[in-house]
Amino acid sequence: MAEVTYLEALRDGLAEEMARDERVFILGEDVGAYGGAFKVTEGFQKRFGEERVIDTPISEVAIVGAAAGAAHMGLRPVCEMQFIDFLSCAYSILTNYVATARYRAGLKTPMVIRGPSGGYVRGGPFHSQNPEAAYLHTPGLKMVAPATARDAKGLIKAAIRDEDPVLYFEHKYLYRRIKEDLPDGEEILTPIGQAKVVREGKDLSIITWSAMLWKSLEAAEQLEKTDGLSVEVVDLRTLLPLDDAAIVATVKKTNRVLIAHEDTRTGGVAGEITARINELCFEWLDAPVKRVCAHDVPLPYAPTLEDFVLPQTDDLVRAARWVAAY
Amino acid sequence: MTSTLEPGTPALHAGLSQAQLHELYYFMRLTRSIEEKLVNLYRQTKVIGGLFRSLGQEADAVGSAYALDKGDILSPLIRNLGSMLVKGATPVEVLRQYMAKAESPTRGRELNIHFNDLERGFLGQISHLGDMVAVMAGVTLSFRMRREARVGLVYVGDGAMSTGAFHEGINFAAVQRLPLVIVAENNGYAYSTPMHKQTAVAELVEKAAGYGVRGAQADGNDVLAVYEVTKEAVERARAGGGVTLIELMTYRRKGHAEHDNQSYVTKEELEAWAAKDPLDRYARHLTEGGRATAAELAAIDARVTAEIDTAVALCENEPLPEPATALDGVLAEPPKAELEWYRRLDG
Ligand SMILES: Cc1ncc(C[n+]2csc(CCOP(=O)(O)OP(=O)(O)O)c2C)c(N)n1
Ligand SMILES: [Mg+2]
Repeated sequence: MAEVTYLEALRDGLAEEMARDERVFILGEDVGAYGGAFKVTEGFQKRFGEERVIDTPISEVAIVGAAAGAAHMGLRPVCEMQFIDFLSCAYSILTNYVATARYRAGLKTPMVIRGPSGGYVRGGPFHSQNPEAAYLHTPGLKMVAPATARDAKGLIKAAIRDEDPVLYFEHKYLYRRIKEDLPDGEEILTPIGQAKVVREGKDLSIITWSAMLWKSLEAAEQLEKTDGLSVEVVDLRTLLPLDDAAIVATVKKTNRVLIAHEDTRTGGVAGEITARINELCFEWLDAPVKRVCAHDVPLPYAPTLEDFVLPQTDDLVRAARWVAAY
Repeated sequence: MTSTLEPGTPALHAGLSQAQLHELYYFMRLTRSIEEKLVNLYRQTKVIGGLFRSLGQEADAVGSAYALDKGDILSPLIRNLGSMLVKGATPVEVLRQYMAKAESPTRGRELNIHFNDLERGFLGQISHLGDMVAVMAGVTLSFRMRREARVGLVYVGDGAMSTGAFHEGINFAAVQRLPLVIVAENNGYAYSTPMHKQTAVAELVEKAAGYGVRGAQADGNDVLAVYEVTKEAVERARAGGGVTLIELMTYRRKGHAEHDNQSYVTKEELEAWAAKDPLDRYARHLTEGGRATAAELAAIDARVTAEIDTAVALCENEPLPEPATALDGVLAEPPKAELEWYRRLDG
């Protein structure tokens, strides 16, 4: 057993796949000798060579497009966005070219795009984004967002082995804050498309992912202590495709649901989950589904503003009480 | 490439008066000293986010902005604090921005020097590199549509020139022959990436031909050379002569931001560029050319220190913004629903 951070787990997962499969290569800005802005690929260029760890110009369209072309030809590219906020620069080629390639042209495009997402770090409007909603609406993509070190590793490995394009959103707030003992020598693979019940409960469910998992767990503990509520917490882990079975199972178990995400509310993923609950198991609900998410504003920089805009544990506790009491 | 500060070259003063020559020195010193003060505040964790330096690039920012007239608009990048100061941004505004104060120009919404004042003539950047080239094409388009004799200037890094937004923006400006000056700051690196991994051309100015615009180049550590080359491009643009792409040769002597220890550069490289420090060179030029005495420069230094101390004292203990102020101003109509939604959490 070795204690590793979320970031180290991700790094180990990447390295294991590069060692295992010579088709895997990395491209991105400053990923080579520098090891990436957050040092995720530190040491990779030395270990795997310049041909497999490529420093690109500041050209997100070229990174994503070149990855697609290489993937068609049988390679397994992993693109790093220096911050996931810059993936929007490649929005067209990703949604129009990459996502449609299999359907429209029968082209295989097994590639991964990963990068730091998320707030709580005083990064301001362009270094804090949670872009999942922008891509949820695009058939042809998969999307994962790990919350734990184990899944950081398990999902990057699964994403690299997947036959389709996978967006892997890692959370920069968790990089060095989350630690976990991971067994050496055990192959960790987290299946894409499978949620996980992280905390069992019977009164109410919180459905969440990424950094909000930890706030949800905190809220669940607090609610147990102060209100005697038994709160179930479900970590979706994969956002595309959504794990409908896991969502339905928790609804049927607790009959009350809160969906918590860090991204803004309007058009956020919580809306889609709510719609599925309505379609699949409405009659099992004892209360309306409630959302806790960020306010609909660009994420501001000042700590007082950022803390207000982003969902906090207290917001979860209050909303959970409302759902429980309904 | 124009350079005026090399030994043996006759003293050029670019048609500037003694007072203006002193003012250039003042703005360069102010830039450097504000950043040094910010380093202190950063170490005291009073700067909220990252801290970006323009050490060694002060001449590039100040000299180019100084070539603009009132009414002209520039769009700075992260290393163009000096340009904004020339255009009238104040030390206290910059300090408040970095410390995310309620009274900061963006009321705590945006970081560092990402702020605007179109009246004074600066349009703040967003982080997404290259975008401002296209935006400044639109700003200068408005000048032309209204028959105003105004000019725009936009900065772009050696790295940012690899973006699609840069390409599309300069191409549009070129086709329209807009009154836009594009200043490419060749400081050797984009974060850790050296220029040869960014572009296959040896010099950024070579790209001008590909867009059909005029190219020019100058020593970016020579404030007078920067001023002259920019002045010429600005006047040409004002007279309807279209876009110039200016490459300024300089060097980023600090890491990308304060956290970056620059492990990827050699000590020799850093020392060589420290020897070409733009402030030292200019100070020598002024004193040796009889344009300023050491005492006059020392007086400017003292004035800068005093101004910064006053600014720090003014804002250091100011409050951060009130939380709920985060919600207003997304659209012209206040989004009342937002606050109501938040309150509804209470039941
Ligand atoms: C589209 C986009 N991709 C990536 C980044 C991340 N990033 C910020 S600054 C920077 C390097 C910029 O280098 P350069 O343009 O040469 O400017 P310099 O920092 O040298 O002044 C990078 C990669 C970004 N801001 N925008
Ligand atoms: Mg650069």
